[in-house]
Amino acid sequence: MKNTTTILKRELRGYFTTPVAYVFIVIFLLLSGIMTFYMGGFFEREQADLAPFFFFHPWLYLILVPAISMRLWAEERKTGTIELLLTLPISTGQAVLGKFLAAWAFTTAALFATTPIWITVNVLGDPDNGVILAAYLGSLLMAGGYLAIGSCISAVTSNQVIAFVVSLVACLVFILAGLPAVLDFFTGWAPQAVIDTVSSFSFMTHFNSISKGVIDLRDVIFYGSLIGCFLLANTLILDAKKGE
Amino acid sequence: MIEIQDLQKSFGDFRAVDGVSFSVEPGEVLGFLGPNGAGKSTTMRMITGFLTPTGGEVRVAGTAVGLDPVAAKRRIGYLPEGAPLYPDMTPRTLLEFIAEIRGIPASERKARIDTVVAQIHISEVLDQRIETLSKGFKRRVGLAQAILHDPEILILDEPTDGLDPNQKHEVRQLIQEMSKDKVIILSTHILEEVEAVCTRAIIITEGAVVFDGTPEELKGRSPSGRLDEVFREITTAATPALG
Repeated sequence: MKNTTTILKRELRGYFTTPVAYVFIVIFLLLSGIMTFYMGGFFEREQADLAPFFFFHPWLYLILVPAISMRLWAEERKTGTIELLLTLPISTGQAVLGKFLAAWAFTTAALFATTPIWITVNVLGDPDNGVILAAYLGSLLMAGGYLAIGSCISAVTSNQVIAFVVSLVACLVFILAGLPAVLDFFTGWAPQAVIDTVSSFSFMTHFNSISKGVIDLRDVIFYGSLIGCFLLANTLILDAKKGE
Repeated sequence: MIEIQDLQKSFGDFRAVDGVSFSVEPGEVLGFLGPNGAGKSTTMRMITGFLTPTGGEVRVAGTAVGLDPVAAKRRIGYLPEGAPLYPDMTPRTLLEFIAEIRGIPASERKARIDTVVAQIHISEVLDQRIETLSKGFKRRVGLAQAILHDPEILILDEPTDGLDPNQKHEVRQLIQEMSKDKVIILSTHILEEVEAVCTRAIIITEGAVVFDGTPEELKGRSPSGRLDEVFREITTAATPALG
């Protein structure tokens, strides 16, 4: 635990000593603003909620989270610092967890920077703040899922562009799994169980209910186990690469 | 302290290390020699647990590295090839990070870092970003992080590469000062370095040990007493095609 914290601190500091953090947070705020106000019609709806804000999060993360996760391991491999890191007296799992938690803490900070919109909606109307809080938590969980997938993929390559593109596609698959376009493909010939299984792997399905204010234990478990599985795979990939 | 038995490493069809065995005891400074691509770095990477051997075993203080890598890594200080360091950190923040993760108690960290910084002469660049440092300074910061926890075992992959003659001399002196109670394994291309600091030399070619003895014995192999001649003779004999 102590080693994980030490790695986390070093990583997190790294975000803020380079322009990465500032560029990311500015772009994140800009894009989420455009999506909420122009595409989501925040004012036109005349409703005191943040539904248009959260609605676009799966798509916003699709582009921005792989941009964070791509460097997690690919950059260590490229600069050779992975040799320094993995010959320190820590386990591979501690390194994986520390780097993941730092990236997650960083996205939390970026998400926290959007709280003025929460304040705005309270000034303009009388929203259900419980729903909004739940949606924030759901959004964080979803970001964690994207990050774990991206971190795992970043461990496979030393090329950040490859890590970015492959992570984006992998996350897209998880988003699309819940959309009618994909589910329709299965309806009619596949048994309901198959459709349910495909849809149950969807980021959308699990995010939608949370963003409506319903924190279902199943959704939390979904994201928790998804993160766990991908971080475990991440660790196994790094260990396997030592033996290649 | 370090026992290596029949160590092997293959990358696909290529056998980088092919049955290397030796052991090293405290007080020894082992110079690792060989042409480029002979398997020096690969062997060091297996000792430090960065690579998993294809066959054979490395034991550090009696414990197999494969079974308890963290315990082995705790005893080892390692300067990897090319001294990779986090470019966005400064030597100070890097050393603080290493001190923390190496488990040096918070109360002793500052004193320990000060000692090493003075030993390695990096005080003037302590707060500069590592990416802006010259090759020689980067190498010295790499060396500083390797010796920070005063390890029983030091593995140094080309510790004097990129240093000017004065800096080379300083690093060699430092290695000699530390050698009394430590196991030190260093790789080098500079034959005079072996004469200057090593108590023992191992030459590997194509992944196999072709010489293991003192530098004096190595010199004795040549009628002229010149190390470079012996080195060429030993390392090209095994590979006439490349000679």
